[in-house]
Amino acid sequence: MGEVESQKDTQIDLGNLMAYNPNHHFASIPSSREELVKECLEKGTELAQALADALFNLPATEDVDGPIVKLPPPTTKLPRQKHLPKPKPPTKWELFAQKKGIKKRKKDKIAYDEKSGTWKRTYGYDRANDEDDVPIIEAKPSDEPGVDPFAKRRADKKQRVDKQEKNRLRNLKQTAKAGALPRDYLCFQGETESNSLDSHVQLAATALPITGSQAAPKKLSKSELEEVAGTAATSTASIGKFDKKLPGEKPPKNKGKNRKFLPVAEGRGMGSQEKEQTDKILNKLISKHSHETLNVDKAVRKINVQKEKKHKSKQDKSSSTSSKLKPKKKSLKKSSNKGSAKKGSSKSKSKLKSSKSN
Amino acid sequence: MLKVKTPTTGRARRELEKRAPKLVEGEKKTLILHSTKTSNVLNTVLTEIYHLKKGNCIKYSRKNENIRPFEAGGETSLEFFSQKTDCNLFVFGSHSKKRPDNLVLGRFYDHHIYDLLEVGVENFKSLQSFSYDKKIAPKMGSKPLIAFVGEGFESVEELKHLKEVLLDLLRGEVVENLNLVGIDHVYVCTVVSQNRVFLSHCALRLKKSGTVVPKMELVEVGPSMDLVVRRHRLPNEGLRKEAMKTVPQKTKKVKNVKGDPILGKTGKIYIPDQKLGDMALPNKAKGVKRERREAKMNKDADGQVLKKQKGEDSK
Repeated sequence: MGEVESQKDTQIDLGNLMAYNPNHHFASIPSSREELVKECLEKGTELAQALADALFNLPATEDVDGPIVKLPPPTTKLPRQKHLPKPKPPTKWELFAQKKGIKKRKKDKIAYDEKSGTWKRTYGYDRANDEDDVPIIEAKPSDEPGVDPFAKRRADKKQRVDKQEKNRLRNLKQTAKAGALPRDYLCFQGETESNSLDSHVQLAATALPITGSQAAPKKLSKSELEEVAGTAATSTASIGKFDKKLPGEKPPKNKGKNRKFLPVAEGRGMGSQEKEQTDKILNKLISKHSHETLNVDKAVRKINVQKEKKHKSKQDKSSSTSSKLKPKKKSLKKSSNKGSAKKGSSKSKSKLKSSKSN
Repeated sequence: MLKVKTPTTGRARRELEKRAPKLVEGEKKTLILHSTKTSNVLNTVLTEIYHLKKGNCIKYSRKNENIRPFEAGGETSLEFFSQKTDCNLFVFGSHSKKRPDNLVLGRFYDHHIYDLLEVGVENFKSLQSFSYDKKIAPKMGSKPLIAFVGEGFESVEELKHLKEVLLDLLRGEVVENLNLVGIDHVYVCTVVSQNRVFLSHCALRLKKSGTVVPKMELVEVGPSMDLVVRRHRLPNEGLRKEAMKTVPQKTKKVKNVKGDPILGKTGKIYIPDQKLGDMALPNKAKGVKRERREAKMNKDADGQVLKKQKGEDSK
């Protein structure tokens, strides 16, 4: 491989000071370790030289410590450490101020104190026009007798401070909801942390196959996942009755049937019930007059009614479009008739015709 | 229940501000830890990686029995450490009969595992075993050159992944200005076979060549080792997209300025319309009372009628 040719193909990323030679390939791996290392370093030297060529030809500014070059931004993209910062939602006051057109104004650090006639700091200890520093508060006609005005003032101040703290926390919670608050500010109580994270972050650690391991983990289908989620949801002591539902959570799909099984073992009371039940059914089926158990007349009547209903609903559809919105009546049970259904249908047709003519 | 807790001291606040997500991020911090059992080789490997990365690296020396990065549930404690130390890269050493001298390299995104790569260390030679002129020894914190050799880094998926992780691990801080004197070491990674990469750390000796560009000479300073790729897990595609987001670069468009080879830099200047018609007239002053103003106007009009007529005649 010619040196010039190889240099042409090197990919150089000056931002990361990285060089890559994609053409090299060991035809046969050198037998001894030293040879291998030697060849690797040779290739490394070539790349280092290629990097130096690019670096030292950049326009440099001389400094006391040496020439300083400006590196271009890296071209190899690497993942971020954390997500991009999200914009903070405006606080309730900011919203209000915007609505009313209130602008922020800076106050001076010092203000003129009327009482002493000097300039004092606006806030803090020994501030100008300090209300708390007044030894006497003049009584007003509106004052209630028996109330200490100093204590009242202190209580009011405390109330204002508490209210402000409450507002601050509420705004912070809003910020947290918008996801604009760094994770270090949040404490999770009760629920696990991952619950409140984005779904893709949740999946990151578990969803991907691991290569190199012997058996790749099976990918779960949607129905399987639903099944698992359903079992998990109903696996609490209360069968999930009192669990807190997540926003958008659907009720579990595979709710088990509440079937009752009678004891199989023979004995007194409950023990014999199972036998009786089976006997009853078997007797009905095997008995001589088993064909009489099926009431043909009743079946025919049922079918007729059903057909009539069908016909009616068709007419309704053609007449008004809003019939879709009406709740449909269940006709599923009636359709499962046996044996004489065919017979009945032919009869019913004739009946219907006759009714029409009437 | 979500509870928000804000720092009460200024120091804590500053510390949390450092950890908050930023538009432009600095260097990734590395966390080095090991499992319950590590071999002698692995101990040295971890220590030497720590030495190479000193300044932006945290090494834990306790045994961790709960960390199994590739298994479900085994990453909880790792993610907690990442959150605690604010590290976004980790090197985890373990040693077992099945996987001797095992090194798990991985990255975090938002303190959740982003990707994982497991390599075995073979043919390890430590820092101490190399003898060289100590004058050329690389200095702490200087930005390294990184050289990747071999087509395997492009064609084999695991090695492609390894290349990215190694670059992330070794590249150091992304800088804008670089002092050329400070270039003193290079990492050489060479593909030996389909799953084996030879990694070596060399010092650079800059020799005069008669031109601006000095001649490079590599002196191996160690550590050097073979990395045999074992298991690996690529990032989730959605997560990858999320993590690769960068700041949209908005360069302001330069308007009305042109470069001309003869004239040099030329610019256009726009002067806004003066709108003489809209200008306020002095006798329509706002402050003057309406009655007085009207009286004045009437007076003026009387006087001007004659003048105007004269003017019209002349036209």
